[in-house]
Amino acid sequence: MILKGKVHIFADNVDTDVIIPARYLNTIDPKELAKHCMIDIDEKFAKNVSQGDIMVAGYNFGCGSSREHAPIAIKGSGISCVIARSFARIFYRNAINIGLPILECDEILDEINSKDELEVNLSTGVILNKTTGKSYSSEPFPKFMQEIIEAGGEIAYIKEKMKEVQA
Amino acid sequence: MAMTMTQKILANHSGNKVVKAGELITARLDMVLGNDITSPLAIQEFKKIGIKKVFDNEKIALVPDHFCPNKDIKSAEQVKIVREFAKEYGIKNYFEVGQMGIEHALLPEKGLVTAGDVVIGADSHTCTYGALGAFSTGIGSTDMAAGMAAGELWFKVPDAIKVVLKGAPKGYISGKDIILHLIGKIGVDGARYMSLEFSGDAIGHLTMDDRFTIANMAIEAGAKNGIFPVDDKTLSYIKEHSVKPYKVFEADSDAVYSSEIVIDVSQLEYTVACPHLPSNTKPASSLGDIKIDQVVIGSCTNGRIGDLRVAAKILKGKKVADGVRCIVFPATQKIYLQAIEEGLVQAMVESGVAVSTPTCGPCLGGHMGILASGERCVSTTNRNFVGRMGHVDSEVYLASPAVAAASAITGKISIPEEVV
Repeated sequence: MILKGKVHIFADNVDTDVIIPARYLNTIDPKELAKHCMIDIDEKFAKNVSQGDIMVAGYNFGCGSSREHAPIAIKGSGISCVIARSFARIFYRNAINIGLPILECDEILDEINSKDELEVNLSTGVILNKTTGKSYSSEPFPKFMQEIIEAGGEIAYIKEKMKEVQA
Repeated sequence: MAMTMTQKILANHSGNKVVKAGELITARLDMVLGNDITSPLAIQEFKKIGIKKVFDNEKIALVPDHFCPNKDIKSAEQVKIVREFAKEYGIKNYFEVGQMGIEHALLPEKGLVTAGDVVIGADSHTCTYGALGAFSTGIGSTDMAAGMAAGELWFKVPDAIKVVLKGAPKGYISGKDIILHLIGKIGVDGARYMSLEFSGDAIGHLTMDDRFTIANMAIEAGAKNGIFPVDDKTLSYIKEHSVKPYKVFEADSDAVYSSEIVIDVSQLEYTVACPHLPSNTKPASSLGDIKIDQVVIGSCTNGRIGDLRVAAKILKGKKVADGVRCIVFPATQKIYLQAIEEGLVQAMVESGVAVSTPTCGPCLGGHMGILASGERCVSTTNRNFVGRMGHVDSEVYLASPAVAAASAITGKISIPEEVV
């Protein structure tokens, strides 16, 4: 799958409290959550983001709370993929479980500017900066997680598994 | 092959003799936990699976504690979803306002988690139960749904950092100072994907409440779990609270760790995490004149009876400084009652403290103590991210109950020796 979009750059340790502050957690509606995505560190993010855009960030993206509302808000905002130097582990699981593509890439952040256009190939893990012409590689998902993604997320995966158990 | 304590529990629960770091396994679950923020989403996902029963109605705990007692209509609707699900599926461990407490104080107190368990919870601070010698870790709502359905979940077997705690803590130095010091040392991603396995002679000097505080904040270093060896104190806690069968696991003496960190707790100073990361730690005595507007004592990190005893002892006979709001949240109904019986509530109320019913409320900027722009709070909670407790321009300093109580009296960040 190929994703294309303009970048939104964030720093290290973007925590789930800034991705979606707790004061908005009294709903699970993705559209409602998306309205407030990143509001405490980038007030205009929800307004500026377009369908397909890509987030690029530093180390430990998604640290803090286990709220799945965080990847849901990001996905709901139109972001097609998050590329970070590293991800916090609960966020990593949650993103896979809800079907938000995430990639780990160390180098790209040093050489990127806001508004650059990226093209991401999810099957190969190759990221192309169309503005600068430079490409980067990222680790593809381990096979087991690929299976969850291919099944259509964890619930679909479990559903299949439960069928096998009950059969 | 030698294994860490965490690896041994995971091997036991996955039907393997041996597991090694990096391996993907499926482990049997002894408890699946959710709260009022994460459960509605989990319930929505669970219903998509299309099964009529949860895997075990005694091994699921639903604790509406975050925006409860209901803070607004939307929150009330969320809690209603959880309540109705609990009724429909016969969930035994649903705790209504009046019985509920903050989940990570409540589950050990109710005996629902014990040594050797594998526990998942849709709340990042689920790692708290490592204090009991359990493997417990935070997950999201979809994982919670999968856990409720299947009674098992996939895990990547973690590597571990060995944290050796030496010596005896002095004065009011507590578990909070130890864990803040450790996070300051290794950073908010210093233990990312790993276990923090605690050991050393200092553990014998730590109360169970101290150990819960330390394990609770393992996630603040990015850890998958934090875990303590089981000793006499653990066993007496377990026997007092739980009838569940337990199993004691020990790390092999030749287990391999990715690194080892030694902390001499006898040399520790009162430690404060300054805005806006739990790793931004400094000795409280080095901070100078930092005036405060609010003090919060409570949460899954520091709302236990030992924490309230320390706070009340420091506050007794003194007054909360003019211009400071001090709010105390006993973590469970049992702790609240105990605090009343021991005269702690009276001492604190006479000092000018507002004592509240159990709730996570202010810790995550939910309700019951939100900060305005420019306001500063000393809090015994676990996170001081941007906007965590309210306005994006407010500040949270994380500290122990002793430092928080002393600060409430002076109106600036203070160490207990300044007021006692």
